[in-house]
Amino acid sequence: MPQMASYVILCSPVVLCLWEETKTSVSDSLKNNVSWHGLGVSTLSWVLVWSRRRWRPTDASNLQRDTNKAEDQSATACSRRVSEDCSIGGTYSGVEAMGLLWSLQPVPGSKPGLRMRKKNVQAPMVVTISVYSSHLTEGFGDQVPLAGVEVERWYMAPGVQRIPVTEDGLTATLFLPSGPGPFPGLLDLWGGGGQLVEYRAALLASHGIASMALDYLTCKYTMETGKIVEQDYFEMAYKFLQKHPKVLGSRIAMLGLSLGTSVILKIAVHSQIMKLRCAVCVSGSHVQPMDGFLKEILDYFSKNSGNTHFTKDNEVVWRDLLLPIPTDLSLKVDMKGMMERAGNSHLLTLLSYPNAGHLIEPPYMPHARVSLFREIQSRQKLMVLWGGQTLEHSRAQEDAWRKLLVFLRKNLYSGVKSGSSSLSNL
Amino acid sequence: PILSVRPSRALVDEAFEVLVENLPPVSPFTLRSLHHSEDGDDWEAYGHYFSDHSGRVSVSEDLSFGGTYSGREPMGLIWSLRPVPGSRTGLRLRKKDVTTPMLITISLYNGHEDFRDNSPLVSMVTERWYMGPGIQRIEITDGGLRGGLFIPPGPGPFPGILDLWGGGGGLLEYRSALLASRGYICLALEYFKTGQMKSTDLSFEYFEKAYHVLKDHPQVIPDRVGIISLCLGTIVTLSLVVESAEIKPSCVVCISNMITKSPGKTLSGFHRSIPSKFNKIRVDENNHQIWRDVGLALLKEPSMKVDVAKINCPLMLVNGCDDQNWCAVETADDISKTMNAAGKGHLLTRVDYPDTGHLIEPPFSPHCFAGNFFVYSSNEKVIQLYGGKTKPHSDAQDDSWRKILSFLRHHLYCSHKAKM
Repeated sequence: MPQMASYVILCSPVVLCLWEETKTSVSDSLKNNVSWHGLGVSTLSWVLVWSRRRWRPTDASNLQRDTNKAEDQSATACSRRVSEDCSIGGTYSGVEAMGLLWSLQPVPGSKPGLRMRKKNVQAPMVVTISVYSSHLTEGFGDQVPLAGVEVERWYMAPGVQRIPVTEDGLTATLFLPSGPGPFPGLLDLWGGGGQLVEYRAALLASHGIASMALDYLTCKYTMETGKIVEQDYFEMAYKFLQKHPKVLGSRIAMLGLSLGTSVILKIAVHSQIMKLRCAVCVSGSHVQPMDGFLKEILDYFSKNSGNTHFTKDNEVVWRDLLLPIPTDLSLKVDMKGMMERAGNSHLLTLLSYPNAGHLIEPPYMPHARVSLFREIQSRQKLMVLWGGQTLEHSRAQEDAWRKLLVFLRKNLYSGVKSGSSSLSNL
Repeated sequence: PILSVRPSRALVDEAFEVLVENLPPVSPFTLRSLHHSEDGDDWEAYGHYFSDHSGRVSVSEDLSFGGTYSGREPMGLIWSLRPVPGSRTGLRLRKKDVTTPMLITISLYNGHEDFRDNSPLVSMVTERWYMGPGIQRIEITDGGLRGGLFIPPGPGPFPGILDLWGGGGGLLEYRSALLASRGYICLALEYFKTGQMKSTDLSFEYFEKAYHVLKDHPQVIPDRVGIISLCLGTIVTLSLVVESAEIKPSCVVCISNMITKSPGKTLSGFHRSIPSKFNKIRVDENNHQIWRDVGLALLKEPSMKVDVAKINCPLMLVNGCDDQNWCAVETADDISKTMNAAGKGHLLTRVDYPDTGHLIEPPFSPHCFAGNFFVYSSNEKVIQLYGGKTKPHSDAQDDSWRKILSFLRHHLYCSHKAKM
């Protein structure tokens, strides 16, 4: 009877906490330790990741040029570690501890323009990691894997509370960290796609910041009246956070991507009510009309829509929408200039990542170079080119997230004395 | 202050890192863990620390200067858990429902001795799981069997393990769930309900049926089935291995050994044979019962011992030198002597841990020094002394688990060129 080789895949931690967390290693921040043990593996093996939905086998052909190890086969188990060994091909190559996640792509034959985003943050994303016994580039579905293991990636740490917010006319979700508090607060704004996107706020709450994801384009008010919200909508959100018993009212930040950046910059400069402790702007622009608020910003984009390009695949390139950067001061929030003149340019931290695209997300999220996007105003569905090369983009996400957390922690947590649990809304 | 526990969700045998930052420099703090058990009791552990000049306390790197543990103990907040002052006596922390995690709240307080007078500055909940993601739990009830089968995710096939607990009876699934999370199809078998040993028919047939559930399972590699057992379960295991024609495991692990059996091809005689030496039970100053001399007396009766000379598979014996509940080390000596004399010594792997008691559980389980026990022959509830000193016992749990896992992996996952 032929000897059945058995394989076991070990993934530590098996039940993972946070989407961007992995197992501790000595020098690095936590990395996922995926290793597999088997005997007599003289053939080349593969590690594959299936996400529970239709996302792909990320293939990594892993190490295993073991033919010269034939003599070791009998006695010892032969094992490989993704974090130490080299992938020689597949959706990623080289030594990439987390390559199995960030290089996830839709399986061949999927709808075009997909983007992986977690809607329900209260349940984990389940990823199946499997080993196959040769280098495969396709046809995974037909092959029986040698071994498989399931791994859970969570956006919410245990004890984090998810609270939908509808009062004061808001459409938002608040995530409170576990523990007695009080905690610094954060308003989380996404971009021109609208909707209530919760995963980043959930992750930040898992790091000790009471974060509120705010829908400002497709919120109840806009859907019912057809009107775009004004500055007071954001001020209402800010005040909601400020008066919350578990939030430190004097330590509220804002984080925004894309269009969210435009909103934040306007607010940071003009709002009398919103006193931000710090702000993080990702993939945004400071070019916007000085008068008015969100509607005017959107109108400005529409006006410049003549600058839209199309690639040969008919993908929309919006990059030049706001170029050339106008020198007309009424058309931009001149942050850098004003800051230099005011002598506070030391407040500015600028991070630019070469070959990264527009959608700089929390780490290990699959890179979407192109995806289907529903334009808010015209309700049209377009295939938009976001850009970025997968490897550099993924590195940028990892690095940016770490720096973002350090920045937020420095500005929101420093100077808090140990006995300050009685600090209320100052 | 900022408290982080990484990973905040993990299997119970995985370590975590507890880190606090943003504290005033070089000041006294206490880190405390709190767990509310399924039985409604509160368990706690705590360590006294000093923050460093950068306002940091790292449980993995820094020293605890008192509390329920001291020194550099990354997992001290778990293994030194004990009932809070004022709790009921004789408690033992064991998870009944393995489909949900153990929730442990880790909190930071100002100060050392009087820390309880202050409210926590910051706290976090961490989850400790017995069942990893993708593990299936199947209740086994056919053929009169009572057990829980745990199947890892993946195509398989997998080696199988039969899991037998001890004299307390009942269905205990946590070790099986953990072994499944480590790649084995594991069957936790209940062979008598607590307090009902007298009335339970423990024929070999029952265990053989259970063994076949594993062996014949479509996802189990039929010639890679092992057995793991503790305490009374070790007698069951050794008796079956020696005398049952159906049960031929690839390897066996026996923790806290006993070899006194009941006569014949049934295990139903326990409630008679062991109590025959109950006059040897001593009590300590707290009226806790020490049973180890019962075992010593029984060891002297050769007709009552499992004939371990007939064992033909690799056998691993794990024992605690301070076992007050049974003479586990002396039993292991006896087994070694017999097997060596029969030329079977090469099958034996033995580990004896100093200052370790009877209940050698998966890592980081709180050490139970003395616990409530229901005596099957007299239907009496007593407190048995299990022995062991907390720190060495916890180290033994940690080390023995790793040794057991590598023993199982060696015999159940790797192929043998030559059968022994």
